[in-house]
Amino acid sequence: MIESAYWLPVVWAVLAATAIFQYVVLDGFDLGIGVLFLKERNHDHRNVMVNTVAPVWDGNETWMIFGGATLYGVFPVAYGTILPALYLPILFMLLALILRGVGFEFRFKMKSSASQFLWDSAFCGGSIVASFMQGIILGTLVQGIPTKNHVFVGTPFDWFTPFALFCGLAVTIGYTLLGSTWLIWRCEGELQKTMRRASYGLGVLMLLCIVIVSVWTLNLHTTYMDRWLVWPQIALIAPVPVATVVVAAGLFLGLRHAPSQLLPFVATLLLFFLCFTGLGINIWPNIVPPSITIWEASSPPQSQAFLLVGAMFLLPIILAYTVYSYYVFRGKVTADHHYH
Amino acid sequence: MFGLSALFLARFQFAFTVGFHIVFPAFSIGLAAYLAVLEGLWLKTGRGAYLDLFKYWLKIFAIVFAMGVVSGLVMSYEFGTNWSQFSQKAGPVLGPMLAYEVMTAFFLEAGFLGVMMFGLNRVGKGLHFGSTCMVSIGTLISMSWILSSNSWMQTPQGYIIDEATGRFLPKDWLQIIFNPSFPYRLVHMGLAAFLCVAFIVAGVGGWHLLKARREGREPSEQVRLMFSMAMWLAAIVSPIQVLAGDTQGLNTLEYQPAKIAAMEGDWESEGRAPEILFGIPDMETETTKYRVELPLVGSLILTHSLDGKVPGLKDYPKEMRPYSPLLFFSFRIMVALGMLMALVGVWSLLLRWKGRLYDSKLLHRVALLMSPAGFIALLCGWITTEVGRQPFTVYGLLRTDESASPVALGSIETSMVAFVIVYFIVFVGGMGILLNAFRHEPHNNEEGPDEHQPHMSAGTTQVSHHPRSHSLAE
Repeated sequence: MIESAYWLPVVWAVLAATAIFQYVVLDGFDLGIGVLFLKERNHDHRNVMVNTVAPVWDGNETWMIFGGATLYGVFPVAYGTILPALYLPILFMLLALILRGVGFEFRFKMKSSASQFLWDSAFCGGSIVASFMQGIILGTLVQGIPTKNHVFVGTPFDWFTPFALFCGLAVTIGYTLLGSTWLIWRCEGELQKTMRRASYGLGVLMLLCIVIVSVWTLNLHTTYMDRWLVWPQIALIAPVPVATVVVAAGLFLGLRHAPSQLLPFVATLLLFFLCFTGLGINIWPNIVPPSITIWEASSPPQSQAFLLVGAMFLLPIILAYTVYSYYVFRGKVTADHHYH
Repeated sequence: MFGLSALFLARFQFAFTVGFHIVFPAFSIGLAAYLAVLEGLWLKTGRGAYLDLFKYWLKIFAIVFAMGVVSGLVMSYEFGTNWSQFSQKAGPVLGPMLAYEVMTAFFLEAGFLGVMMFGLNRVGKGLHFGSTCMVSIGTLISMSWILSSNSWMQTPQGYIIDEATGRFLPKDWLQIIFNPSFPYRLVHMGLAAFLCVAFIVAGVGGWHLLKARREGREPSEQVRLMFSMAMWLAAIVSPIQVLAGDTQGLNTLEYQPAKIAAMEGDWESEGRAPEILFGIPDMETETTKYRVELPLVGSLILTHSLDGKVPGLKDYPKEMRPYSPLLFFSFRIMVALGMLMALVGVWSLLLRWKGRLYDSKLLHRVALLMSPAGFIALLCGWITTEVGRQPFTVYGLLRTDESASPVALGSIETSMVAFVIVYFIVFVGGMGILLNAFRHEPHNNEEGPDEHQPHMSAGTTQVSHHPRSHSLAE
């Protein structure tokens, strides 16, 4: 039992992190498409942009529900401290996701351009607010949540710090880059050109954000600083920043060369993955920095084991039909003809 | 806000959001099954009207499903924001069940929804039908997990309580999942979802039958078919639902007698109890005023014998009693609507037998009037069962006032206002779209979501051919 009480939380931490990353990747690009609505005024282009994700966005959103449910089931202490601490950002994120989700579905049903503009705004505004709030949530977690006996003891505005707000901005920029590079892959013609141009600026901004957030994070807590700058750890984690540079080069190379349509998106995904890894390295083995570890936050082994048995069978199946669904709706999306 | 406590607001918020949410999953459960049946019948018979109806209701399904997803998203986080003590204590039992719901149901629904919505021309008919079935099965699995975890909160078993932390630790998962009230609730809720959809479809059918008559033309094959199918469903399901409700009552009497006492407005525990048809329970004076009652019937209904003992609220200390007035009325509204639905079902059988199903203006009007009846009954049923669980979140073990989060009153006030505004926008927008869709009659060669534009349609819109499509851009 002692053994399983040790490794079950580790397995679940990896699984939960994977689920959250899966969410960030999948919903990230459709949130980014919403943000890009702000600039894109061409009605046909807007329809194409939304149509690239219409068949799959429900599935994307489900990863977020899975993240919440996993946290609740496997790390109830983390769930019970993070959510009260981030009450308002989570609230605004959820409301924004609601508006964005219905804007998404409702906009095509509208007869007048005025009412369509209304739901377009809901989709765009909701996407911006949701992205920004997700960044704030991330930033607040990294800067630490004050707890006592596993109960949140801070104030309702602990998240309102320059660091967390900057993370909000950074994540919004990142998602927008995911969205624009996704569209380079899935679209063609004028829209693709526009997105290629936008991706340059966004790429530069994102790299800038990565540098600022990284340096800022190291200065937040001495533990973070120690983790990165002490031998021999430094040898183990140095590949992360090095890889970041390489991937960034790949991104701009992909943007420069017209025939490569998938590379920018893949490079952006890798950038997200590297940032996520860096984050994990920082807070491990805490789940609620600075004080609650994954073991302290865990539900009993019998809960974790019960869920793990199912997850081992179900997650591969889920991934399989998710891939199938993406495969069914593959190919370029255009305004003037059907898929094939 | 108006001097209300954080606890009250947290409860109100949960009731508000879950009440809003529950309508859409119920709608999706019934509608998905209906869609699967329609597509199956189309594949089997080749009759075009089935496919037309399938496409007609598929467009409704997309809206309903989206509203269910976004309002449900809130629910899965509200446990943590407003009920963190509950989450920490009951999380080890309920959390894995919710996670299983996501893994076995939500992903299934969302994963195949795209293919179901837009895939008819992209995958084979068989695969498409398979996807429709997967979505329908997903809604049913989802309902099972939710009902199981809710039932566990009503009739908990299979756990031990950890002395040090006060947490519920799972001991026997089979006992937890198949807790005593689960089967009854599952059947009752499942039938309720089918009835909701039966009466919505009947209402839309009735409206178009009336309209055709007013315009002096024969109603279309599609309209007659959907009205007929809905009436069959009502006639078959509603009597079964009355029986299912009765058995659930017996189960509740066994495990949650205080709830029964509050529902019935009974204060003294007695045999040969009357059934109070009307009255106003008063928690202060411990009486039910203005009683109109049927002698002996209370015992008869609840115990199936004339001298069976029926519980009274005075058996329980004041702080352990659920709030009777609310239960008393919500329960009666549910039962009355249930009876009415059964009556409409039987009536439709009579008219069908006489060959007048499509001619009775009165039936069509009643069907139209009763189209929200299923949903109202469903909401009243949930109020009865959830308010009846009070003052506990986990019945008899964890009190509601020990379940709340340590969050500031201001936060809950803010969120309450924000929820009301956003849900109002969503509801008004969604209802507008649904009513507008219902106004159109299902017709020959009904368009699916992916055939014409501008429509949310998986990248297949031919928007550039459409006169409206440039209005925003230029």
